[in-house]
Amino acid sequence: MSLLNIKDLSLSIAGVEILHNVSIDMQPGEIVAITGESGSGKSLTALATMALLPRGAVVKGQIFLDKNDILTTSELELCAIRGRKIGMVFQEPMTALNPVKTIGSQVAETIIIHEKVSKTEANKRATDMLRRVGLEVSPLRYPHELSGGQRQRVVIAMAIVLRPKLLIADEPTTALDVTTQARILELLKDLVVSFDMGLLIITHDLAVVAEIADKIVVMQNGQIVEAEKTEELLSNMKHPYTRALFNASTHRVVMPEAISSETLLSVDSVVRTYTLPRNKILGSRPNFNALDNVNFRIGHGERVGLVGESGCGKSTLTRAILGVEDVQSGQITLDGESVFSGNKPNLDVRRKMQVVFQDPYSSFNPRHRVDRLIAEPLHVLENPPVGELKDLAVLKALEDVGLMGSDAKKFIHEFSGGQRQRIAIARALIIEPELIIFDEAVSALDVSVRAQVLDLIAELCHKRPLAYLFISHDLSVVRSVTDRVMIMRDGKIVEYGETEKVFTNPQNAYTKTLISAAPRLPEATYAIEPV
Amino acid sequence: MRRGLAIGTFLTLVFVGLACLSFLWIPYDIETLEISNKLKIPNAQNWLGTDHFGRDIFSMIMMGARTSIAVALLAVGIGIIIGVPLGLFSAARQGSFLDELTMRGNDLIFAFPSLVIAILITAVFGASAVNAIIAIGIFNIPVFARLTRAAALPLWERDFVMSARVCGKSDARISIEHILPNITNLMIVQGTIQFSLGILAEASLSYIGLGAQPPTASWGRMLADAQTLVSIAPHTALVPGLAILLTVLGLNLMGDGLRDFFDPRIRVGRT
Amino acid sequence: MIEVIPGDPASFMLGINAREDTLAALRSEMGLDQGLVVRYLDWVSGLLVGDFGNSWTYKTPVSELISDRIWVSLPLAIYALILSTLIAFPAGILAASRRGGTSDVTIMGATQLGVAIPNFWFAMILVLIFAINLRWFSAGGFSGWDNPLHGLKSLTLPAIALALPQAAILARVMRSSLLDILAEDFIRTARAKGLTRRQALWRHAVQNALIPVLTIIGLQFSFLLAGGIIIEQIFFLPGLGRLIFQAISARDLIVVESVVMLLVFTVIMVNFVVDLTYAAVDPRLRNKACAAGSP
Repeated sequence: MSLLNIKDLSLSIAGVEILHNVSIDMQPGEIVAITGESGSGKSLTALATMALLPRGAVVKGQIFLDKNDILTTSELELCAIRGRKIGMVFQEPMTALNPVKTIGSQVAETIIIHEKVSKTEANKRATDMLRRVGLEVSPLRYPHELSGGQRQRVVIAMAIVLRPKLLIADEPTTALDVTTQARILELLKDLVVSFDMGLLIITHDLAVVAEIADKIVVMQNGQIVEAEKTEELLSNMKHPYTRALFNASTHRVVMPEAISSETLLSVDSVVRTYTLPRNKILGSRPNFNALDNVNFRIGHGERVGLVGESGCGKSTLTRAILGVEDVQSGQITLDGESVFSGNKPNLDVRRKMQVVFQDPYSSFNPRHRVDRLIAEPLHVLENPPVGELKDLAVLKALEDVGLMGSDAKKFIHEFSGGQRQRIAIARALIIEPELIIFDEAVSALDVSVRAQVLDLIAELCHKRPLAYLFISHDLSVVRSVTDRVMIMRDGKIVEYGETEKVFTNPQNAYTKTLISAAPRLPEATYAIEPV
Repeated sequence: MRRGLAIGTFLTLVFVGLACLSFLWIPYDIETLEISNKLKIPNAQNWLGTDHFGRDIFSMIMMGARTSIAVALLAVGIGIIIGVPLGLFSAARQGSFLDELTMRGNDLIFAFPSLVIAILITAVFGASAVNAIIAIGIFNIPVFARLTRAAALPLWERDFVMSARVCGKSDARISIEHILPNITNLMIVQGTIQFSLGILAEASLSYIGLGAQPPTASWGRMLADAQTLVSIAPHTALVPGLAILLTVLGLNLMGDGLRDFFDPRIRVGRT
Repeated sequence: MIEVIPGDPASFMLGINAREDTLAALRSEMGLDQGLVVRYLDWVSGLLVGDFGNSWTYKTPVSELISDRIWVSLPLAIYALILSTLIAFPAGILAASRRGGTSDVTIMGATQLGVAIPNFWFAMILVLIFAINLRWFSAGGFSGWDNPLHGLKSLTLPAIALALPQAAILARVMRSSLLDILAEDFIRTARAKGLTRRQALWRHAVQNALIPVLTIIGLQFSFLLAGGIIIEQIFFLPGLGRLIFQAISARDLIVVESVVMLLVFTVIMVNFVVDLTYAAVDPRLRNKACAAGSP
């Protein structure tokens, strides 16, 4: 008897068909993962199962939960089912909780809505469940006092406190750090076993899927392209899209040989302190070292990675290297000159350094056309090209990143995420800087697009020696594009060495935790040939 | 929502049109009094009737439109010309002494009940249209300064601004090239709203005798004159009131419509 | 501050043709011959002990004048505030919960009108309908607080005139704040737990939506106090508004300064109370309020 049986589910919103004949079968106690890139329809499938679709959604097909068709059940009965028979966990833990109520009361609310128990009883069960999901804080706390991982635990507690038969988790760990992610996944696996619950997990991260799921469902453009038990799928992928997806995930770029050379960027004993707001009325203001005695060098043409979790100081370091913020002690120099020069920028330094940011949607002024966006760094040059020369420079930059001259007159919103990152790289390269900072530059991209952008970076490195600092929380990406890597934690560099050596033989305990926490695809998938 | 924008723009254009037309032509001269013709209800000769001095109300509405619109528009102008650069500067130098000073100054002005101060200014410096413009304009400055600053601050955090800083652009240049174009929509919407508030303020001041002085026509004063006549000749009170109502309504609908028009979230089907 | 304005107060009071020595005598009585700074400090120190000085026109202590009038203006403002809130909250909540539906469109239309109506014109219309035609209320005047019910009755039309435009603004703010909240993730979480739309609205959305609404209410109070000025004129209410008005016309600077200062002080107090309420409603602001001392 299936726990969940989705049959030929089709969904359209405002006349546009988004899901097409989606069918999924799930047994009690089974972990099924739906995976695919953005726009594949994974989240909507999950929302359809809860009947929490946006307005104007037209649905066809059937969704059987234990013999009841969700799509023909009345709203009142659905409210009785949600939270009791099905629980759901969403992606963004930071905004998933009501900021003005205590966490205990929010968990207790699930109980009170569905069962006639006293408040005391509900609160007690809520507290027990919070403990069970590994949360050691008092239920009287408010959400803003908790970290992302802790909030996600609260959301999980709310979803399972009535022991539903089915738990749906939509990208539950995407917004979390690697180590936190590992712990939450462990928790989910544990709960599935002890509560005998089915888990429908939606994630774009194939490594997570491989580690946790009994069955994998691959979606593309609103359709299911392949659905199979995990071991079978991993050893024998039938659909070309599945192969392409896994191939992109395990993609290793081929970089030119690492060269040793003179120092380009030098970071010496850098300390950056922030003063925090007072937490006692008459106490002194506490200090917080975002960067604590950071030392490293990047040589000309050297490719260095920086890995760390949120709060480790990566962004502070980036801003300090870029020279937009000053440091309290120590110094940062590029080719001997200090990068920070107050309100009057040092153009020599500016000429040699550029940056590519993470969010392709906020890195560009929405009101400027692409040619103006790409040409912005040109004003740093002593004799910036004007008129035709400038157009030529823009054209060359576009072609170098695989785009076309005709793209120069478009606006940025006409491009996809991957294309925007290419434009960002074009902007970074137009003045041929010595050093580029890639600040989580591929983290927001789909897996296949990411592979393409990494290939582009490799290609550019082959053309001329390019030094860069590649910042990322994703270990596998860093491994393939860097010669040396630094691991950062709490404002300090805890390990620094050749990339392969650090990954295969880490010395520091934190590095070891980080590497073991990262979910990994089985070795076999690394050998898959694309179709 | 488009309907609101259309209706609003239409109403606004009607009154702006009347105001502009008044420079070229009005049905009757409002400075000549014809007491024998007083308090006529709307008819073929006087489309909106006449007031207690026999003046044609339609003509007075047209002239009053000129006053209200001019005062409100110039007051908004003062607010934008001084307030926006102030706000841009504050956002660029956030946390600095000048920023704090500007913000406290704004808060100070906000703390004073605006009507009281406007009354004070016009009473003390003399009642006239110019002083009304200044009095209302002063209160537009902190509105625009605060709004500009609030809109500019998150923009400073955006990556494309960081990118410009990395390119070595100065704060002033960034404010003009990057920040300003991205807040223009907000300014247009707020300008429309402040315009409508200005019309209400001018009417209030004129009502208590502190706005434009006779013989300059003003809707507010028409209402004051009509107050004692409201039971015998209600049209003298209804018409100017409706004029104010419709103009303000038109501007508000236009402002709301523009806000929705500019809001990317509402633009469905335009990806 | 206001003394540095054109028009020598003494001349004004005695008429322009007054003889020089009479002017000098009056000036000395009014203290105008002392330095500006001295006079100001004198006055401020008087303020602090509740002595607002003596009115030039009435020759009575300003504090008496104010305390008489404030018993009209303050209740009027509070009455209007209560009316405004009572209308606006249900309207805003209803409009937001039935977004796009007939009630929403109707309420939005009504608020558009309410915002555009000049409140003094509305007052005139109210008088026309309710006082002159229906004779339910008197057209003006204040009957005093000896009979509280009559006192309230005479404040009713004025309060309605004041309240309606403010209610319109407040309803819109409530609606838009609620719509923003309803789009937040935690509302989706609440629905996923099994709450009905109505339960999600009342248990989660409304409390969060109140936070920005409170700021507006605080701002509105000062507006109601000030807006009362014109309304008091129309309804012949002996409140602060009329006082300040007459004082300005008569160049009675002490009164004007005192009333303005009082209004400013009230506004600051009200804002302070609003900030305290924030901390009560939103736990995120509690620590900050304690730590920073001032929000």
